[in-house]
Amino acid sequence: MTPLEIRRWAPTGDTVIAVQRGPEPGGAGGLYRAFGETLRGLKTTFGRLVEGTYVYQYPEEKIPVYPRFRGRHKLHRFEDTGLEKCVGCSLCAAACPADCIRVVSAENTPEQRVSAGERYAAVYEINMSRCIFCGYCEVACPFDAITMGHDFELSDYNRDDLIFTKEMLLAEPLERTPLRTEDE
Amino acid sequence: MTTVLATVGYAESWWIQILKSLVIFIVGFSMVPLALMMDRKLLGRFQNRYGPNRVGPFGALQPMADIFKLLVKEQFRPRTSVGFLFAIAPAISILTACVSFAIVPFGNTVDIFGTQVGLYGVDPSIGVLFAFAFSAISVYGLMLGGWASGSKYSFLGAMRSAAQLISYEVAMGLSLVGVIVTCGTLSLTGIVAHQESAGMWLFIPQIVGFIVFMVAAFAETSRPPFDLPEADAELVAGYNTEYGGGRFASYYAAEYFHMVIASGIAVTMFFGGWLLPFGIDPPTWVDPLVVLVKITLVIGVFVWVRATLPRLRYDQLMSLGWKVLLPLATANALVTAILVTVLD
Repeated sequence: MTPLEIRRWAPTGDTVIAVQRGPEPGGAGGLYRAFGETLRGLKTTFGRLVEGTYVYQYPEEKIPVYPRFRGRHKLHRFEDTGLEKCVGCSLCAAACPADCIRVVSAENTPEQRVSAGERYAAVYEINMSRCIFCGYCEVACPFDAITMGHDFELSDYNRDDLIFTKEMLLAEPLERTPLRTEDE
Repeated sequence: MTTVLATVGYAESWWIQILKSLVIFIVGFSMVPLALMMDRKLLGRFQNRYGPNRVGPFGALQPMADIFKLLVKEQFRPRTSVGFLFAIAPAISILTACVSFAIVPFGNTVDIFGTQVGLYGVDPSIGVLFAFAFSAISVYGLMLGGWASGSKYSFLGAMRSAAQLISYEVAMGLSLVGVIVTCGTLSLTGIVAHQESAGMWLFIPQIVGFIVFMVAAFAETSRPPFDLPEADAELVAGYNTEYGGGRFASYYAAEYFHMVIASGIAVTMFFGGWLLPFGIDPPTWVDPLVVLVKITLVIGVFVWVRATLPRLRYDQLMSLGWKVLLPLATANALVTAILVTVLD
């Protein structure tokens, strides 16, 4: 709506929602307000008691996440050759708004092939205490080497433990988070 | 010289008194964690959640954990506080609460191993006035605590609490006059005996008095919707702002104890104490259990109301107390007195 349209807009027909108001204090209306409305409120809350609970007992029961949920990162390998997809181009580090990714690349040699490309990431670290889980690294990666996983339980007692190294990111993460099925 | 001491309805030998006061103290004080637990669990249920359920089976040890946590905390006091009063104020609060519980009767005098023992702490002829006297003294606990903290928020909170407690005590006292006039006695056991002989619990003829009493009891125990002493948004935490650890725990316990006492008095005055409805006459040993169950149910009502009503504004609190409850209670007492005289 343009500002002009907003100014012309007036509530009509079914856009009008009547608000139920209790009686004002004082007099017979006030008496009803004091007792009748109080009893109505008590009835409402008692209904909640009868209804039962709606809560998840979190550490035991987890709310499943959606497939596009952005949790802890994962680095990937090619399934057939076992080589790392990451070629150490540092595009993810460049895209990272929180500046939490550190990549140091090195040349692949015929004796030691780590990745499919010319170079590989000798050091690949993500500082999870800085990561804002925006997913830009995933978008920036030309080889789909880094993706956002589903794990969100990342708390730790030590800041140093929140720096995830390449080995940790490559390892199959513990499947701690249930994933939503299609009909959920 | 006339005696200034109240006469006591039935007095045992001294060692029985000591023993039974210990038992009543233990039972009464066990009601405090129970009330705390009910408050949290039931409130959770009223809000579609479980409430604490991690400590012990079904979270039953949560109050123990709370109290333990408070007791092992550091005792500190502000530099501006008045040391002696700061330390003694929570003690006054909890002591007066404990003393008031003595008059709640759990049964009539019973025969235990050939000795007559009254199932109550003390049955003074002034009855319920005893409880009012000590609840009036408990205001000193709040006032001294707030003032001795040497902090403006504590002081404001204390002033507010004191004003609330004193103004609602008037309505509370007057609301019980109807019951006292009907029964013709102040003694709480006498009131229950009257309900037994009349065959009707007093909340039916004294419905106005009962409503006024309950509303005033909510205010007296600083329970929601009258929990202005704890209106943390405006007063930080009220009179107990500067308190922490064990001293805070005793204020906290005193508050819940007051709730138990208010429930006990309501049960005795309006719900027939240890009597059961429909003429069921159980053996005597059931009587204390009946009273405890009834007290628990009334505490449930306290929690229910807490889950329902929002906190009143301060001026609304005062106008409700003085302009609505006080006239209602007075009219109730007057009408009851006239009816009692006419019908006799």
